[in-house]
Amino acid sequence: MINLETPKKFEFLVSQAHQVATEIFRSNSRKYDADEHSYPKELDMLAAVIDGMNEGGALSGAGAGGVGESNGSGKARDGNRNGSNMASLLGLVELSWGDVGLLLTMPRQGLGQAAIAAVANVEQLKRFGGKWAAMAITEPEAGSDSAAIRTTATLDEKTGEYVLNGEKIFVTAGDRAELIVVWATLDRNQGRAAIKSFVVERDNPGLILERLEHKLGIRASDTADFRLEDCRIPKDNLLGSPEIEPKRGFAGVMQTFDNTRPLVAGMAIGVARACLERTRELLTEAGVEIDYDLPPHAQVAAASEFIAMESDWEAARLLTMQAAWMADNKKPNSLQASMAKAKAGRTATDIALRCVALCGSVGYGEGELLEKWARDVKILDLFEGTQQIQQLIVARQLLGKTSAELK
Amino acid sequence: MAEQNLTERSMAVGLRALNRLASNPLIDRFGLRDPAQRVLHGASKATVRTATRAGRTFAATQKLSGPARQPRSGRSDLFDLTPDEEQQMLRESVRDFALAKLRPAAQDADEACAAPGELLGQANELGLTMVGVPEELGGAVAQRSAVTTVLMAEALAQGDMGIAVACLAPAGVSTALSLWGDADQQATYLPEFVGENVPAAALAIVEPRPLFNPFELETRARRAGDGFVLDGVKSLVPRAGDAELFIVAASLIDEDPARPALFIVEAGGAGLGIEPEPAMGIRAAATGRLILEGVKLPGGAMLGDGSRELMAECVQLGRLGWCAVAVGTGQAVLDYVIPYVNERKAFGEPISSRQAVAFTVANIAIELDGMRLATYRAASRVDQGASFAREVSLARRLCSERGMAIGSDGVQLLGGHGYTKEHPVERWYRDLRAAGVMEGALVV
Repeated sequence: MINLETPKKFEFLVSQAHQVATEIFRSNSRKYDADEHSYPKELDMLAAVIDGMNEGGALSGAGAGGVGESNGSGKARDGNRNGSNMASLLGLVELSWGDVGLLLTMPRQGLGQAAIAAVANVEQLKRFGGKWAAMAITEPEAGSDSAAIRTTATLDEKTGEYVLNGEKIFVTAGDRAELIVVWATLDRNQGRAAIKSFVVERDNPGLILERLEHKLGIRASDTADFRLEDCRIPKDNLLGSPEIEPKRGFAGVMQTFDNTRPLVAGMAIGVARACLERTRELLTEAGVEIDYDLPPHAQVAAASEFIAMESDWEAARLLTMQAAWMADNKKPNSLQASMAKAKAGRTATDIALRCVALCGSVGYGEGELLEKWARDVKILDLFEGTQQIQQLIVARQLLGKTSAELK
Repeated sequence: MAEQNLTERSMAVGLRALNRLASNPLIDRFGLRDPAQRVLHGASKATVRTATRAGRTFAATQKLSGPARQPRSGRSDLFDLTPDEEQQMLRESVRDFALAKLRPAAQDADEACAAPGELLGQANELGLTMVGVPEELGGAVAQRSAVTTVLMAEALAQGDMGIAVACLAPAGVSTALSLWGDADQQATYLPEFVGENVPAAALAIVEPRPLFNPFELETRARRAGDGFVLDGVKSLVPRAGDAELFIVAASLIDEDPARPALFIVEAGGAGLGIEPEPAMGIRAAATGRLILEGVKLPGGAMLGDGSRELMAECVQLGRLGWCAVAVGTGQAVLDYVIPYVNERKAFGEPISSRQAVAFTVANIAIELDGMRLATYRAASRVDQGASFAREVSLARRLCSERGMAIGSDGVQLLGGHGYTKEHPVERWYRDLRAAGVMEGALVV
């Protein structure tokens, strides 16, 4: 039966995440935006609390680790399921409503766990599960074109180790995480099929921190650049199969994104909701009344613009719920995941910037968080695949084109 | 500068004089104008007012002890995008009908400003007017199901929006009577809508003026004795010419403040007139103006309690119907442009190999899916008995603005070819503008 409401069973999770977002994230928002690169120690305590909650199951979906295989109860008689993908999404929306920069630097909640969950074997899941894992994909010469990465992994038969060499940039939580999931090629002549992901411990001496980026927003979250110099790791740290399979090798690593894109879309939805809520309060104080029944031209422009923003937000939110729901029900959702990410990324950025403008100097000034959210939100239309990459993915699927046919 | 202004002004005066001369009927009398041009001129100026159709007599054959209402389903536990089996079956049969019958008839119906009677009859057989009617009054669905109507309307519009509106207008009336009618009104009118020979009927809310607001009506309802007298003009009423029954929105001016209310108006009565009002799109719906001049109605003609809340609900449910047909039309655009851009070659390769073209297609799909989900959410809240004013408003804005953009992109992707009648995209462009203009009519 068609129903697009937030499931009742997640109400407790949402309310808990909302409390965390209000009490911990919001109250530290400005502090770590101003003090970039300082470690938000408040989060350590929070992480411990969340670990406790995880055992009780309440906030189990709040991080990225839960996506992928859907589990848990909640399967209806007709087979419909609302599982961990939906739960993760809803938790992330609330936490991002609090502060998306702090969310991205939550201990043990990095997107690297999603990569591990997507391709790791049982033994690896046991070894790496629950740890704080970051993702290292981008290189100075390879951004969206992740098939062009140059970092190499060579097997040293004698020691049974892979030796990694190359450069990685834009590693979210790279300085603070315990593990870095590094994408590297086993053979640069074999193209994308040879690209595999490797788990590197953060304290590996071959993993050298070059610098931390200074950024437009999400300044609470560290963004690290690394050099990998004869970085040796046990060969069992290669996630998935070591075989170079021209047919499906790259598809395996790319699958990670089908699970993580709805989550990043969820972050955008959380930030945009924060903007809309605060703007509505400020507009109400300014005497603007919003009447949903009146035609756009029959109310003041600010009210009409607000409804327009809210309608795009609703579309983005429902597209994202759809993608998560499909993942929970094991329906292939690559198309819907990219549609959600594309719509949410651009919509949230648009909303945040328009909210700043609607609120004038109050919105633009540091006295409100609106200007910060407008800076934070832009990253969500960039990482995990830019707006343009999402459109490429959507267009190729709709038009039945390969990446060679539609570049 | 002053000199230039003078030149401009004298030129303007000259043009005005030329225009006056060109419009002067005298020059025609002297045979100075091409006769064909004169015919065109006359057709656009003259308004032919006719009486409304003298239709059947509506009379109650049984007495109901009270009004019947479809029960609400209550809140569902899980997020779910799968329609139930009955809905899937209905949607598929309507879509098959729409693509096989409506689509091939669409262009002629658009030009004729009328939907083929045969198709309207076949559409009635799909049971469109029965979905909103309670089972005890002969309806087809046990529970309130705005979702079912939305799915059927969307599927129908995938064939053609104009014909879909013509098919759905009587269903808007039967649903309104089911939702707000009292026992007498239901007993009098509903049996006709669940029978073999469904009457043409339409809700009439829109009025002909810029910045129209359905809560500030100029059509007036004055109390007179036990009944009402209605005066005013309603605009873009589907099937105005052959409708046997109208539900007319008018302002109760004896109330302080005046408030909008709905009235059941049978066609054929004194003071009722029709003028054809063809528009940019949805021409197959045979839109017309309904003119009310001192139309006397009995006291029992008011639908519901005349509260603003009821009017708001009617407006919201109508917008939902317009969202549904916009989604169906948007889907028609998407399904049409994909093979076109893949086959059309320029610079030695399919135009879909270019990002500018491919991304436009991607964005049509993204926005269309957003429109659809927002519409479904609002409809499912109706069925659950939850509030839906906000959700309808958001869906309406999406379907109006994003839907129109889809119509525009559809033409753009075909280039000059899209601008001609060789392809249906120019019709969808015209039709999709309706989703931001129309009110009422498609109550779900």
